[in-house]
Amino acid sequence: MGIEFRGVTKKYPDGTVAVDDLNLTIEDGTITVFVGPSGCGKTTSLRMINRMVEPTSGTILLDGADVRDSDAALLRRGIGYVIQHAGLFPHRTVLSNVATVPLLSGWDKRKARERAAELLETVGLPAELGKRYPAQLSGGQQQRVGVARALAADSPVLLMDEPFSAVDPVVREGLQDELLRLQSQLGKTIVFVTHDIDEAVRLGDKVAVLRVGGRLAQYGTPADVLRHPVDDFVAGFVGKDRGYRGLSFLSAGDVLVEDVPTVRVGGAPGESADWRLAVNDEGEPRGWLPPSSTVDGELSESDLVAGGSLYQQGTPIRGALDAALSSPASLGVVVDADGKAIGVVTARQVLDVIENHPQGVTR
Amino acid sequence: MIGEIVDWFTSSANWQGADGVPTRVLQHLGYVLLALVLASVIAVPIGLYVGHTGRGGVLLVGSGNVIRALPTLGLVTFLFLLFTDSDVAAIIGLVVLAIPPILAGTYAGLQAVDRAVVDAAEGMGMRGGQRLWQIEVPIALPLVLGGVRNAVLQLVATAAVAAYVGLGGLGRYLLDGLAILDYGEVAAGAILTALLAIVLDIVLATIQRALVPRGVRLAEAGTKKEVEA
Repeated sequence: MGIEFRGVTKKYPDGTVAVDDLNLTIEDGTITVFVGPSGCGKTTSLRMINRMVEPTSGTILLDGADVRDSDAALLRRGIGYVIQHAGLFPHRTVLSNVATVPLLSGWDKRKARERAAELLETVGLPAELGKRYPAQLSGGQQQRVGVARALAADSPVLLMDEPFSAVDPVVREGLQDELLRLQSQLGKTIVFVTHDIDEAVRLGDKVAVLRVGGRLAQYGTPADVLRHPVDDFVAGFVGKDRGYRGLSFLSAGDVLVEDVPTVRVGGAPGESADWRLAVNDEGEPRGWLPPSSTVDGELSESDLVAGGSLYQQGTPIRGALDAALSSPASLGVVVDADGKAIGVVTARQVLDVIENHPQGVTR
Repeated sequence: MIGEIVDWFTSSANWQGADGVPTRVLQHLGYVLLALVLASVIAVPIGLYVGHTGRGGVLLVGSGNVIRALPTLGLVTFLFLLFTDSDVAAIIGLVVLAIPPILAGTYAGLQAVDRAVVDAAEGMGMRGGQRLWQIEVPIALPLVLGGVRNAVLQLVATAAVAAYVGLGGLGRYLLDGLAILDYGEVAAGAILTALLAIVLDIVLATIQRALVPRGVRLAEAGTKKEVEA
């Protein structure tokens, strides 16, 4: 279900222009991220889709129909809505929170609760959490419940207003991964608001950069916005290390993976003048054994130097570069989809691939 | 003094008839409950309306303060001169007295509901009435009932003073005792009034515990990790 903004303007009685003549088409089944500094009208634009805010002029079409032609409450029941701090109803259990929209739409109670239980599983929460109250959940869990609640109506459109900005960075990353995984299964039309360009680039199929005063500065794929910012504002907003971040969109398919000497944790390592990669019985990397180290008897994990980040084969080249740069041996460990070490790459090799890339990465 | 109080309480004559303790307690209770119900019928809907729509908040707080500033005894005396009926005058005075705390509690309760929760309710597609009754009122209950408890305490105390215009209830012991300088009776009246206030507050606290949803209590207590452990 596509969404189209046609000349949409929102002006407040005090003269503030929150959104200024926004023209934008959001494609069906994609994640579109509205990103920009505070005061750029990104949240206002989002809230006009489900009529939480009414535009001063212009039209918003949802699947070709003007949103103002439908009853506001009915329209909202058909659009998933996730907000910052989740906004869960504190007096209702997690399960009834998730069942909110089905119950509003007149579903039978049992069916609504079954659907809610199903959705808890979908967002990766254990079923027994359903009986708890929001105050008994962590911030990350509350946010997942918020997502489950928005999915309950099974609406094709999902609006997400800075849903992950109030949780800590580690949890946020988990939630982002989860959202991408969900999206690959569900294929919804998601409009996502954030002030964090990294989040925008990570999640968005398309990114709309808005500037203060509610004007659209640039609309394109994340790679496009990073590589070819249209002006200084966008260039400044996407940040100094946009060249590095652009590597997130470059495949590392061509990087040559080299063999590396390995030792097994629990085995007898012997001696060597080279860095050796320690693996466990499953072949997963556990750390590095420095050159000329002497180990009496069996190799244990306490003999090892902690490894750097791991690069999973087939993912963007940014990870390969990071693996090489963060490795104590200057060798980035490459793993397969099961986490088994299959070899190493050097930063030099990765840079060669980047330099030879026809599109260039940093323009 | 203590002896006089003990004598008063142990005298069987004081426990029987129209001027006996049971009758006076019931009378007193009757005034308090009647005034409470009337005040709630007026104050709760106004508080809900203003709290839900956010319209008229300044007016509400202002008029609440004006009513609070009225000297209740003066008001009751004035109403008595107007109606020449002590019951009517006293009840109206008590209702006027009980309105501000209930109004303030209801309004404050609705105002205190987390903006994100209200926003989510609206964004889920709840209509105004659904949002009010399913979301705002349950969450606001602790403060609404807090206002009611406040009102009850003031009613119990002031209903005793209203004996001045000829009202029955526990205030009779205070005024009649004072008239004949029977300080045992005066003290007994004061003790009974205080006891009634305490008992009513305990009853209301119990009702409050039963009515306030568990999730709201948990949120208030901030027991985030407790249950997970």
